Amino acid sequence: MSLKVIKAGILDTIQDMGRYGQQHLGINPAGAMDKYAMQVTNILVGNKPGEATIEMHFPASVFMFTQPALIALGGADFSASINGEPVPGFHPIIAGKNDVLQFHKPVNGARAYMAVAGGFVIREWMNSCSTHLKAKAGGYNGRALQKDDELFLRQSSSFSIKQNDFIILPWQADAGWGNDQKEIFVLPGNEWERLTTESKENFSMTSFIITQQSDRMGYRLNNIPLHSLSNEEVISSAVSFGTVQLLPDGRLIVLMADHQTTGGYPRVAHVITAHHSKLAQMKAGNKIHFRFTDQHTAEELFIKQQQHLLQLQNACTFKLEQYFSDKR
Amino acid sequence: MNYPILPYRIFPLGDAAITVDFGNCIDETINKEVIARFNQLRQQPLPGMIEAAPAYSSLTVYYDIMALKKKIPGHQTVYEWMRQLLEERLQQPVQQDQITGRLLHIPVCYDKEFALDIQQLATTKNISVDEVIQTHTAKQYKVYMLGFMPGFAYMGEVDEKISMPRKAQPVNITTGSVGIAGKQTGIYPLASPGGWQIIGRTPLKLFDTAGEEPTLLRAGDRVQFYSIPTNDFYEIQNPPSPFMERGLGG
Repeated sequence: MSLKVIKAGILDTIQDMGRYGQQHLGINPAGAMDKYAMQVTNILVGNKPGEATIEMHFPASVFMFTQPALIALGGADFSASINGEPVPGFHPIIAGKNDVLQFHKPVNGARAYMAVAGGFVIREWMNSCSTHLKAKAGGYNGRALQKDDELFLRQSSSFSIKQNDFIILPWQADAGWGNDQKEIFVLPGNEWERLTTESKENFSMTSFIITQQSDRMGYRLNNIPLHSLSNEEVISSAVSFGTVQLLPDGRLIVLMADHQTTGGYPRVAHVITAHHSKLAQMKAGNKIHFRFTDQHTAEELFIKQQQHLLQLQNACTFKLEQYFSDKR
Repeated sequence: MNYPILPYRIFPLGDAAITVDFGNCIDETINKEVIARFNQLRQQPLPGMIEAAPAYSSLTVYYDIMALKKKIPGHQTVYEWMRQLLEERLQQPVQQDQITGRLLHIPVCYDKEFALDIQQLATTKNISVDEVIQTHTAKQYKVYMLGFMPGFAYMGEVDEKISMPRKAQPVNITTGSVGIAGKQTGIYPLASPGGWQIIGRTPLKLFDTAGEEPTLLRAGDRVQFYSIPTNDFYEIQNPPSPFMERGLGG
């Protein structure tokens, strides 16, 4: 039982929640850029939320199923089709044997996720299936998917799929949940106070365009150059997903999933965890507008997001069980 | 052992991590405290802690907001609660075994073909290439921290005689390259763009994904470099197969 890559995408990798516990060795967590969407796709197919998925960028790979499988797509909308017929995101879908899944155009968002019921057969490296591109480890042979790769699927014990035609199951997860708010919430970084008053105003009042120099490591912003009051060096210290650093030329970089573990640039702000998902779906040309919030709000928003995932999990487990018991 | 508590500052690193900073500087005593505290946290993790990571003069604890929120009083933020726990922990003395690191001897071939910038460094510092090598191998270096990329150890401090700032523009650097940046010295575990002044290369693997311990070095270790000729470099890198040695090879 497998998923074959008929045509390779630009950067499709196996990602899960990330590799934690190794940052003291300089090994960054990697993991999905949009962990929220990734978890939703898993929940839709009855997997545990942190199961490894395929993270896709556009143009994405073309896949063929060698056996029927229960799948879900989520995150960015790349206008997916199965055998030429459009399929929606955030729905459980049963793909039949020899069905071909492809993606036609980037409608919105930057990263799409595909979860398959039962999960992929991937050997963990340091307790995670995430692809670490720099270390060439984890995921599928430590690299992005290529033509003719074959991803084996674990047998899903709960659902027996017999039919050969693909079916879109009649329920869906709310795709836009928590992403209606346009602004990206941040908390001040340790070096925020170093900025001049004017630069502080610029940071919070203006929106910044994400440049082409943006990838899984970080987004470079085309901001009005910001100025620091002090030239005191920042001795290399920890950074994190969402850390906004001030580069020597006054521009900003927002660190993303493949960020380095440490950095020596002033940390002016940190994007709150609940908004990582929104940030991960932004791409070159999009505008970012930062808005300061407080620790309490940041934590509350994250907890709400997690509670929403739990509710979704309960609902989906029930629906899937009902659907597959009726079919038996 | 009575261990003095150094002055520190605590600040949030976003909403899911907290940093203890002992002074934004490169200092052996401070780094020793950081590593001892790090080892202590590894042995007895705080509740809700995902992991801890040491840097030169600071220590960061990453935590699970969701797991902690369930445990703590409603009016308190998870951050405030973590901060309290961390401060309590900092009042506890560290054990001797949490302080000592290992000593590793690392062979380096300083030959021209591996040492992109050694001539330039010697010229700039007005000394001979031999003197650069002698100076670099004359003392033990402390591994202050790992960062930048998997297994990259920031070591120091090099003698003023061979200290040189990093390059303005990064270049492509080969795996195993040994470099200098200011008073720091380090080894690139993987090929990467980088700005350090390259003075040699080690045949040892600094990072190995197949290993139980993926990195050769750990924060707190001491490193003694020694100079090897090119032949030895290749021999260490590709040891002759045991069959060849016994004369059974083709």
